[in-house]
Amino acid sequence: MASPMTTRPRPLSPNIQIYRPQLTSVLSILNRITGIILSGCAVVLVVWLVAAAWGPHAYAPVQAAIASWIGRIVLFGATFAFFLHLCGGIRHLVWDTVHGFELRSIYISGWTVVVAGVVLTVAAWVAGALMGG
Amino acid sequence: MDPQNMQNMRTPLARAIGLGSAKEGVGAWWAERVSAVALVPLTLWFAASIIAHTGSDYATFIVWLRTPLTAIPLILLLVALFYHTALGLQVVIEDYVHSGIKFAAVIAMRLGCGALATAGVVATLRVAFSG
Repeated sequence: MASPMTTRPRPLSPNIQIYRPQLTSVLSILNRITGIILSGCAVVLVVWLVAAAWGPHAYAPVQAAIASWIGRIVLFGATFAFFLHLCGGIRHLVWDTVHGFELRSIYISGWTVVVAGVVLTVAAWVAGALMGG
Repeated sequence: MDPQNMQNMRTPLARAIGLGSAKEGVGAWWAERVSAVALVPLTLWFAASIIAHTGSDYATFIVWLRTPLTAIPLILLLVALFYHTALGLQVVIEDYVHSGIKFAAVIAMRLGCGALATAGVVATLRVAFSG
């Protein structure tokens, strides 16, 4: 009974490239991309901790790489990825409580994630600069 | 779907239960949420601590890392972070890798996350317990 149904090619949903990008879909994709970027950042965190535990001679080149211009640009991007994933994750946790699914709410929370991500990233770097970075 | 799999005698229900998607999905879903909730305060504490140490030298940084009030949340952060990372990357691998290496890729990723979490925890403890 199952075989004629399961062997027939199933209809596929249209490919993602057909759709016009919307805030909802772009934020969904960004949450995944930032998650992958932050996985790389987690590796850097461990390298940094292991270097610190190893001693000053191992810590110095890692610290120099982070403090370099390329290091700072990467760290700035990582900060933005972190705050976007954090805010997007909190938005998902709210959805898990079955709240905020109306189209209007989804757009309000979506733009809140974008604005909060930018504001928190800038605030973090201003704070870092004020601390003497 | 592999047509050869359709030839076997197992019912669709048995296949679904056996493959686990109808069995352990809820557990993975909860684990991702619980680790996410734990990571909200832990990552914010870590980000604030790093900002506060901008421009600090090695000795100052080690003094900060050595206190229990740093080492404990940092270890909790490492455990929650790599647990959450493994759950997230597993979904990514399962969505995009469809060949035979999918299983191997998930196992390799999980082992990598376990190894990195262990390395981070050991490094933190080494600094915390160094005289």
